[in-house]
Amino acid sequence: MNTKVLKSLIGMVCFAMMAAASAMASDTVKIAYIDPLSGPFAAVGDSGYRHFQYNAELINAKGGVLGGKKLEIVAFDNKISAKESLIQLKNAIDQGIQIIIQGNGSSVAGALISAIEKHNNRNPDKPVVYLNFAAIDPAFTNEKCSFWHFRFDASVDMKIAAITDYIKETPKIKKVYLINQDYVFGHSVSSSAKAMLAEKCPKVEIVGDTFTPLGKVKDFSPYIAKIKASGADTIITGNWGADMSLLVKAGKDAGLNVRYLTLYGNGLGAPRAIAEAGIDKLVTVVEWHINLSVEENKPEDEKFFLDYQKKYSNDGEMPYYYGRARTTMEMLADAINKAGTDNPRAIAFALEGMEHDTPYGKVQMRSQDHQLIQPLYLAVYAKADGGSVKYDSENTGIGFKTIKRIEGEATAMPTTCQMERPEK
Amino acid sequence: MVEYLIFSVLNTLVLGMLLFMLSSGLTLIFSMMGVLNFAHASFYMLGAYFGYQITTVAGFWSALIISPLLVGILGAAVERYGLRTVHKYGHVAELLFTLGLFFIIEEGVNLIWGRNAMPNFIPASLDFPLFTLFNSEFSAFRAFMLLISVAIFIGLYLVLTRTRIGLIIQAALTHPEGVNALGHNVPAVFMMVFGGGSALAGLAGVIGGIFLITEPSMALTLGPIVFVVIVVGGMGSLTGAFVASLLLAGLQTFAVGLEYSLVDLLGIIGVTVNADGILRDIWRIQLSHIGPILPYLFMVLMLMFRPKGLLGKREN
Amino acid sequence: MKYLIRHLGIWAVAIALCAILPVIFSSDYAISLLSQMGIAIIFSLSYNMILGQGGMLSFGHAVYFGIGGFLAMHGINLIAGGTLPIPLELAPLIGGLGGLIVGILFGWLSTERSGTTFALISLGIGELIAASALLLPGFFGGEEGVSTDRMVENTITPFDFGQQIEVYYLIACWMLLCIVLMYLQTKTPLGRVANAVRDNPERAAFIGYNTRMVRTIQFALASFFSGIAGGLFAINYEIITAEMIGAIPSANVLMMTYIGGIGHFFGPIIGAVLVTFMQLTLSGFTHAWQLYFGLLFVSMILWAPTGLAGIIMNHEPAWKAGLMKKLIPSYTRATLAALVMFLGIMTLIEINYHLSLSIHPKDPMSLFGISFKAQSPAGWIIAIALIAVGFFFFKRGKNEVKNSWMDVHQAIKTGGK
Repeated sequence: MNTKVLKSLIGMVCFAMMAAASAMASDTVKIAYIDPLSGPFAAVGDSGYRHFQYNAELINAKGGVLGGKKLEIVAFDNKISAKESLIQLKNAIDQGIQIIIQGNGSSVAGALISAIEKHNNRNPDKPVVYLNFAAIDPAFTNEKCSFWHFRFDASVDMKIAAITDYIKETPKIKKVYLINQDYVFGHSVSSSAKAMLAEKCPKVEIVGDTFTPLGKVKDFSPYIAKIKASGADTIITGNWGADMSLLVKAGKDAGLNVRYLTLYGNGLGAPRAIAEAGIDKLVTVVEWHINLSVEENKPEDEKFFLDYQKKYSNDGEMPYYYGRARTTMEMLADAINKAGTDNPRAIAFALEGMEHDTPYGKVQMRSQDHQLIQPLYLAVYAKADGGSVKYDSENTGIGFKTIKRIEGEATAMPTTCQMERPEK
Repeated sequence: MVEYLIFSVLNTLVLGMLLFMLSSGLTLIFSMMGVLNFAHASFYMLGAYFGYQITTVAGFWSALIISPLLVGILGAAVERYGLRTVHKYGHVAELLFTLGLFFIIEEGVNLIWGRNAMPNFIPASLDFPLFTLFNSEFSAFRAFMLLISVAIFIGLYLVLTRTRIGLIIQAALTHPEGVNALGHNVPAVFMMVFGGGSALAGLAGVIGGIFLITEPSMALTLGPIVFVVIVVGGMGSLTGAFVASLLLAGLQTFAVGLEYSLVDLLGIIGVTVNADGILRDIWRIQLSHIGPILPYLFMVLMLMFRPKGLLGKREN
Repeated sequence: MKYLIRHLGIWAVAIALCAILPVIFSSDYAISLLSQMGIAIIFSLSYNMILGQGGMLSFGHAVYFGIGGFLAMHGINLIAGGTLPIPLELAPLIGGLGGLIVGILFGWLSTERSGTTFALISLGIGELIAASALLLPGFFGGEEGVSTDRMVENTITPFDFGQQIEVYYLIACWMLLCIVLMYLQTKTPLGRVANAVRDNPERAAFIGYNTRMVRTIQFALASFFSGIAGGLFAINYEIITAEMIGAIPSANVLMMTYIGGIGHFFGPIIGAVLVTFMQLTLSGFTHAWQLYFGLLFVSMILWAPTGLAGIIMNHEPAWKAGLMKKLIPSYTRATLAALVMFLGIMTLIEINYHLSLSIHPKDPMSLFGISFKAQSPAGWIIAIALIAVGFFFFKRGKNEVKNSWMDVHQAIKTGGK
């Protein structure tokens, strides 16, 4: 080891630092979007990014927030890993970003919630607020609830309640098979479903309860063989991303004839993989779907999502999907304006209890636990016919139609959250 | 139950033969050149992407022929201009070269096709149920996969045992120096074997990309398993690779169905344990979840106690 | 010890550097970066203990890093709960000891043979442990991993580790300590015998050394240091997940070490600093950073198998003889040509990434402040022209470099200036 080496080392480090120091513009409000942009769930994360980008552009086109500041979405790839997410969170904070949006993966969301709690306790002058648009483990609005976390999607409990009500109303369903991803979210789907089925329809038999590794199974045929052997007539699954479409793809391959009750059966990529196989069979719980604007006659929302598809969707290949992305961004913008600052603490206080008008009715961010209360729909695959099933998804000729609307108040579940709030 | 068993056997065969298509080329490369080719699974991925791309232009059947050829040519070029250059720095450098190639190909695929899975579907001409047994269907595409891989097995076997080049390859497997001394152009044979092995991986890719999923991480998912196959099967043994492929596929397929934990098993023989305490996780492991670790356990044990593998002809 | 004294100057500079760097580069971002570099330096130096010194190519070194990290993580949780009476600053030691024990076990199992068999066993063990991580959620925490709060009561320094800078100083101390220890280890008889076993196991065995034992000890010591790095990772991020054990971090440390150079002690340090820097900053600038990283790695294998450290040390004789100036003109020309070629390659890559990954492929993209449409052929033509021109001059430059090197060699041999 000689001095030359050290010199080169120093030089290298100096260069590193200079390159790293980047100027920051003050006329924007930066928002970090932390989601998988590579790996098996890249399609989902990438599409979410486009949704938020689109909504930010719309808000900016109307004049932005705080009388002229623009919203800017900065994407960070977390590869659906909890560890990688915290690294990216740190990155985002180091870049001066204080608003975080994340959705995919309850394991990620759990890690983010506790990391953000810690960060905010240590840096009370530089807090971070976290808007969760898709991680729906009930714990986040119950025992693990946090002042800094706001959830814009219905929790597992709320969605499973809708599904089990449907089972109760459909006497043909006798044997149910549960297949879920092996992580905190999949387990909460399974336990919720078991508890609610036992309570609401004790006659329905649960013939299987399987967990598959998250994003690792490429061929679900062995699982399909097992489901067949169990004699199930209905599958309840919280699978999303590739795990959803591959499951149905394998089922279709083997000629499995069951009803799928899903949380993400309309998710991106699923319509194409499932196609005809899902008609009248695949039911999913959503807050928005592609024909909702036609069914409820909301031309403004119809134009809204068609504009998105024109601009962001590779000619409809990746259609508009996250209806809640609009709610999230509009409520964020409102909260910033209401607070009169982009300080996360003020934003969080402004969001608490905030009401917002969506095309489909009033929604409210419940202040007790920061769960958004919004109307939910049960939708089923249907052939696009130009009538009420006007639009198809992913250019498949197949769209969705509503079979039931559940009003916001009816979806609300009690919470055990004991929220600790900072001083205003 | 009978239905479940039959279909599990069929699933095993389909997956096993896919593994065999991938590992047959690798085992030849490994045992001839001593190179642990990390990029082999990447050639499989390239086969899938080329296959997808050609299918959209010229249809599946052209893709089935053209894509493996392209991948084979690429493989030969990699051997000629890459591996041969690093050869002088030793095995470690060769191996690292293929590792680097793995990363470059993965990123290259991202670069050209993006990070999302491709809509790579079963061609219409094969998209029908071949037969229905009880009330499960067996798709024609799966049968086609089986057909292709059996054909490859027979074809490889004939080439290796009945042709002149096959005999040279066989000789080079066991006595590379001797073959060289006899005046055969061993580097050219290497290039051919590498190209041929890559082409086989490419063919597996065209089919596997449809059967499983065409996405940038497909190489990483299958790569380590293929190593297990060649280690367990044994160096230089096609039959070994064949047996090991089926064995591993069977392990993975059947393990899924066995939802028993250690506690349940002990319960059968009348032993009850307290499934809490510090060993809680171990008691609760279900057999169905052990599936993914068994191949690696196999591989490590095999390397430690029988480095030749099941049917290998020599060590290292 | 005498080596330590002889090199005292260098160590003093290193300590000063570690102390001053975060003062100069005081942004949060820079301090995070420096902390990660510190961890990566320990990790890659420990890796070089087996690859560079022991001649064992491992594809599973992250196992020891990861297990160390998990143990330290559980340790910190126990410290926080008050059941483990040791201060937080020593938590990395828990990781180190864990790494050591697992290292002894797996080291003994896998080091009977070196070469490909060893490489394959290490790969198998890596995959085995990574795959079983999901089976044992109690220890590995499932998909969520294990997390902790590093702000515990029990510390020996006045720090409470709420701020990154405090963590940085902890990492820096451990890093310096580990570097010194690993450096001294190379000078011990064990270090020397490990070299002998690497170079000629038969002869070493013939003299009477148990090669398996030597490899095992070397392996276990390396695992110890990588466990410490894992422990520091636990403190730095306060979370660790099962993928830290897997193939990707293992491949990463291998590449880091190799790029830095496995033939010299300081090589891995350069590699760790450079690669960590690339990973963190490049990923902010371009989607394609992994591709650039892969290209760098493969070019190093093809053209500079001794790594950056090897390149630097190759120039030592010329430097001492004062002949560097003879090399500089040809170097400059070759480097310029290479840069032009790289610029072309980069333009091609960036255009393609814009087309395949950006949200609005039809919008103009900007590169080096120049804005253009990715679809227009002009960008492609310019890029290909740059590559062609660069390649032509690079080939010529390479010959010039070769010639000037021969001149320098001649001059050194004849002793004249």
